[in-house]
Amino acid sequence: MTTQMAPESMYRSTEGLGIWEHRGKVASVGIGHSPTARRWDGRAETSVGALSIGALRAAIADAGVPPDQVDGIVMVPVTTTGAHWPEDQPVPMDVVNAFNPTDDLLDGVGQLSAEWILKNMPELTNVKFTMYAPGCMSAAIVVAAQAVGDGLATNCLVLKGWHNLEGRYNHGGISAASEVPGSFAISPGRTLWGAPGCYGTALQFAQYCTKYGKHHDMMAPFMQNSRRNGLLFPEGYWAQHRPEQLTPEDYLSSRWIAKPANLFDNDIPIMVAAAYLFTTADRAQDMAQKPVYILNHASSRGVARSITPTLEEVEIETATTGRKIYEGAGITADDLSFENMYDGFAQFHQFHIEGLRYRGMQPGDALDFYQTDISIEGPNPILSSGGNIGSGRSRFWMHTDCMQQIQGRAGARALTGVKPEIAVSGGPMPFGGNFTVWSATPD
Amino acid sequence: MVKQGVVPDDLTRPFFEAANEGRLVVQALKGSDRLYFPPKPASELGCSPEDLEWREVSGRGKIYNYCVVYDCPVASLKEDLPFNLAVIMLEEDPGILMYSHLPGTAPDEVPVGAAVRVIFEETANGQKVPEWVLVE
Repeated sequence: MTTQMAPESMYRSTEGLGIWEHRGKVASVGIGHSPTARRWDGRAETSVGALSIGALRAAIADAGVPPDQVDGIVMVPVTTTGAHWPEDQPVPMDVVNAFNPTDDLLDGVGQLSAEWILKNMPELTNVKFTMYAPGCMSAAIVVAAQAVGDGLATNCLVLKGWHNLEGRYNHGGISAASEVPGSFAISPGRTLWGAPGCYGTALQFAQYCTKYGKHHDMMAPFMQNSRRNGLLFPEGYWAQHRPEQLTPEDYLSSRWIAKPANLFDNDIPIMVAAAYLFTTADRAQDMAQKPVYILNHASSRGVARSITPTLEEVEIETATTGRKIYEGAGITADDLSFENMYDGFAQFHQFHIEGLRYRGMQPGDALDFYQTDISIEGPNPILSSGGNIGSGRSRFWMHTDCMQQIQGRAGARALTGVKPEIAVSGGPMPFGGNFTVWSATPD
Repeated sequence: MVKQGVVPDDLTRPFFEAANEGRLVVQALKGSDRLYFPPKPASELGCSPEDLEWREVSGRGKIYNYCVVYDCPVASLKEDLPFNLAVIMLEEDPGILMYSHLPGTAPDEVPVGAAVRVIFEETANGQKVPEWVLVE
């Protein structure tokens, strides 16, 4: 079976599409997470392949679906947090041979293929549909939701795994070269001028502060809230390995990366995998967990005019994304019980939620909103998952939290100031991402 | 600050050749005021190569905003940390942006919105690139 990348036609990336044709007809019923680690220690049982298998099996068990009834997988083949397997280093054969390998020795070590998953999960005897999504779980979710809605699969696994190797990514290769090609030198993003990864977001944030009269210090309550929520997320990195509350003093005294972005404004790359099991609303009634219905998915496909997206471009795009999200779900901002938009970089969460007009916010309002009660106990929770700032860079805590809150199994993180009925999650970038609306009921 | 050397390629050669001559040029759609930077292949712009030209611009602009870089992936720039990294809006079209280290401006003392003018700076292999300085 050859696995293709999802075609663009599976995404809802424009306004005016109306209500999603599968609104309320697809549900998430199973969640599986692997343990987390800061970096890979080189063992087979901690490889991204092993973590992914563990997450998939946990999601299947959580849903209570016999493995032979799983008939679809949507997954992200790229697993890197930034570092790729060094070309001059052999792939460790003891790890490769601990599994059933494919022709590509990096499978399960520095990438994942559907073929590798199926070879190493023999209990999946009935998978007829496999598809890849780019980047992160947010894309895989919308593709899987569309696939189930379209009837391409009935019990569909959704997978994202991450590997994090030793070293600092982007510091080798072309960054260490004495000469670079002209196209690279003046390209967007990493260029001759030495922009670190967070630069584009930090620049937008700098412009945000200039335009609206705000200051980096105003991020402190958001950062504190995110870490607090993350420490209540037992699946997360900080909760598992470094259960340290982040104080405003910690945050404000941290070293700069690209001022006004400091170390804590960047999420920490980790090893981790998560999987979900999606099914039809009809089948969901028979499964072990309360269904979480999908009301819509929407995608952003922003294109910057020049070398980097400006704040003004981002604000136009996030407002458009907000309208797409609501239009397809048939809801308004007032219907959102809570939000779990992307945050890793911390400094663009406000772009997402202002675009949503969450709790009536307009552009420039979010940092003032952060000075109010944004806790999970209050009426206006912000990022109840804690996001990637709160639990490490997985780009899926937000989705898991939406499901767990609506299912009533978020544990100590459970929202108490609002009844969790409808939520939105997604990302990564305000200028390009994929978003999902979750609901306790199908209508 | 000495930037990495630059080896012009087909797409960027006119830009860098002009820089060596002390001229700032930007890819443009002939017969219109539409500018493109970074340059793109005609196929990406939905036109033919004959529709495109390299248009000299004034070399005047304004500072959009900036960050101060303290942690940089480029090895050859690390000894110069921290440094300004600003984005410049061209006078002819503020939607066209270029990076600048703002030579002569101390880190974090950048006047956002201030007028700047282009200069041309040698990189490690002698290829010149545009840089921007405050207009006195």
